[in-house]
Amino acid sequence: MSEDIRVMTAQLAADPTSLVFLPLGEALRQRGQLDAAEKVAVAGLSRYPDLADGHDLLARIVGDRGDFEQAFDEWGIALRLDPKHVGAHKGIGFLYFVAGDLEEALHHLETAGAALPDDDGLQSAIARVHESLASRAQPEEDVPAGAPPVQDPAPAEPVDMEGAFRGMEGAEDGLLLLDNKGRCLTGGLLSPEGVDVADVVAAHLAGVAQEASRAVELLGLGAWHGLTVQAPGANLQIVAPDAESVLLLAREAGMPLGRLAMLSERAAAAAREWLQGLS
Amino acid sequence: MSMEYREALESLTRIRGVVGGLLVSREDGLVVAEAAMDGVAGNAVAALTNALAGRMQAAVASGGFGDPSFFHLHADGGTIAAAPAGDELLVVVIADRRVNVGLLRLEMLRIAGSVA
Repeated sequence: MSEDIRVMTAQLAADPTSLVFLPLGEALRQRGQLDAAEKVAVAGLSRYPDLADGHDLLARIVGDRGDFEQAFDEWGIALRLDPKHVGAHKGIGFLYFVAGDLEEALHHLETAGAALPDDDGLQSAIARVHESLASRAQPEEDVPAGAPPVQDPAPAEPVDMEGAFRGMEGAEDGLLLLDNKGRCLTGGLLSPEGVDVADVVAAHLAGVAQEASRAVELLGLGAWHGLTVQAPGANLQIVAPDAESVLLLAREAGMPLGRLAMLSERAAAAAREWLQGLS
Repeated sequence: MSMEYREALESLTRIRGVVGGLLVSREDGLVVAEAAMDGVAGNAVAALTNALAGRMQAAVASGGFGDPSFFHLHADGGTIAAAPAGDELLVVVIADRRVNVGLLRLEMLRIAGSVA
């Protein structure tokens, strides 16, 4: 055990409320002691669940272990707690890049890059994303070796009714865009048994955005961003891409809510683009 | 019984960020018990949240996804969360942005189970 880890461990033992768990966990992670690092991070987060730095630390630890889903969730939590958290932007940006979502990757990496102009690795990653985007815009050219598969670029022109979520997971069975009167606009929704339930669910959701707005306005909570519902057969998220529409995203019940929120934000952005193309 | 309900709700209000808690009749949206709701229009919140939860319950069940166990409406300034407690009651919590929703959810599900 190195001296610095020994000192920090002693500090934490003497004062379990100390924020020294952050550098201690990071030091353990850098030495590859991931189990010990995770214990330190989880214990720290149990005392400081709202500390974005703690979630960032845990994300890096589980990311080193290859658990990118949990890393994604932890960085998502960190960004919810602190939307300007540089480490979380950097981490989640890399995950988006690996997943092939270049636009999201670029957004997060550039946000981090603006705060860390001297981080050569980060600036190099931003350059790689730009190159990948340029390559995608020229499909005849070779994609760089080792690059992850990329999604189809968003259509520039208004598309058919099936196309708002083209290329997105669940585009036809777990993403549904409807108007405020409960009429389906695009996407689709299947029950766990594979039955088309888009119309019946959409009908029940007529006016849901107005009800959500009234509830939060009554409490002075400002604008609402999403309505999450957990049920045995699915986790669902409702957002309003604009004032006239509602988006429903349904995923398996085990999906973490942080990831659900991220996916719904992406789908809402695609829906907005599609709606603008119609007008 | 009312005291038992209030004690259950008060355990929720000890969670950081929680502004108040309500136990609402799912049948008519009326307040059955409340805790730490100073300055909050409890009856109106109860009615609106119950209506919203009822609508979502109908939508989700009609899709074959089963009966929801937890609702979470998040906004700029905070959160409204709800958890059905059996067929008759709905646990409702209002919280500001500091609340840890995961912790809140666990506690609400525990209380929903105990008062159902």
